[in-house]
Amino acid sequence: MQLIYFAWVRERIGAGSEPYDGPAQTVAELVTELRAREPRYDLVFSDLTSLRVAVDQELVDFDASISQAKEVAFFPPMTGG
Amino acid sequence: MKILVQSAPFDVGDETNAFTNTHSNVGAVVTFTGIVRDDDCGSLDAMEIEHYPAMTQKAIMQHAQSAQNRWNLADVLVIHRYGKLVPGDVIMMVATAARHRADAFQAAEFLMDYLKSRAPFWKKEWVKGSPRWVEAKQLDEDALARWE
Repeated sequence: MQLIYFAWVRERIGAGSEPYDGPAQTVAELVTELRAREPRYDLVFSDLTSLRVAVDQELVDFDASISQAKEVAFFPPMTGG
Repeated sequence: MKILVQSAPFDVGDETNAFTNTHSNVGAVVTFTGIVRDDDCGSLDAMEIEHYPAMTQKAIMQHAQSAQNRWNLADVLVIHRYGKLVPGDVIMMVATAARHRADAFQAAEFLMDYLKSRAPFWKKEWVKGSPRWVEAKQLDEDALARWE
C-alpha cells in the first residue's frame, strides 16, 4: 500500500509518499502506528479535525477499513475553487 | 460533461462560446469564473495550487454527476487550474446549461460550493516572499451544508 501526503502534511512529514506494509486494518490504527514512529508524524496527526483522509481516492472517515486499500492519502481540508 | 484539470491558462470566453454552441435546445447557460484575488494591501505575489491528480478528475466528475441527477441539466463544464498563478489570473470556471435558468443557476452554485471544500485542491499564498497555506473557511463548509 502507498501512503500519500499533500500540502502542509507533505511538508511536515518531509515526503510526498511512502510505501506501507504494516498490520493496520483501519485508518485509525494506521494513524496510531504512524504517530508512534517519530515526532514529525506525531505532530501532523495530533489533531485529526484538521485532517482529511481518502482511501483509494474516496474521502472516508477515520474509522474506515484499509484492509483492501492500495492508496491512503492524508491532507488538510481542501481549498479549491 | 467535460472536466478539465490543467496547469495551462484558458480563455473563459472561448470556452463559454464553445460550451453554449454545443447545445441547440437549452434556454440558459450560467458561468462562474474564479480569479486569483490580491489582498487589500496588494501584497500577494503568487498563489500556488496543489492537487491530488489521481483523485481530482474522478471526484469532480462524481459531483457533476450528482448535479445532473439533482437538476434538469443539459451539460456541465468544469475547468480548474493548478500550479503557480498570480493575482488576476483565472483559476477555474464552471458552466451549466439547462432548459430553464433556475436549474442552471442552482447547479452552478452547488458545484462551486463543492469545489471550494471537497475537490482535492490546496492553495498556498506567497505574500512578500513568504509562503502560507490557505486555511479552509467555516463559511464554505456552511455553504455546502445547505445542499445536504
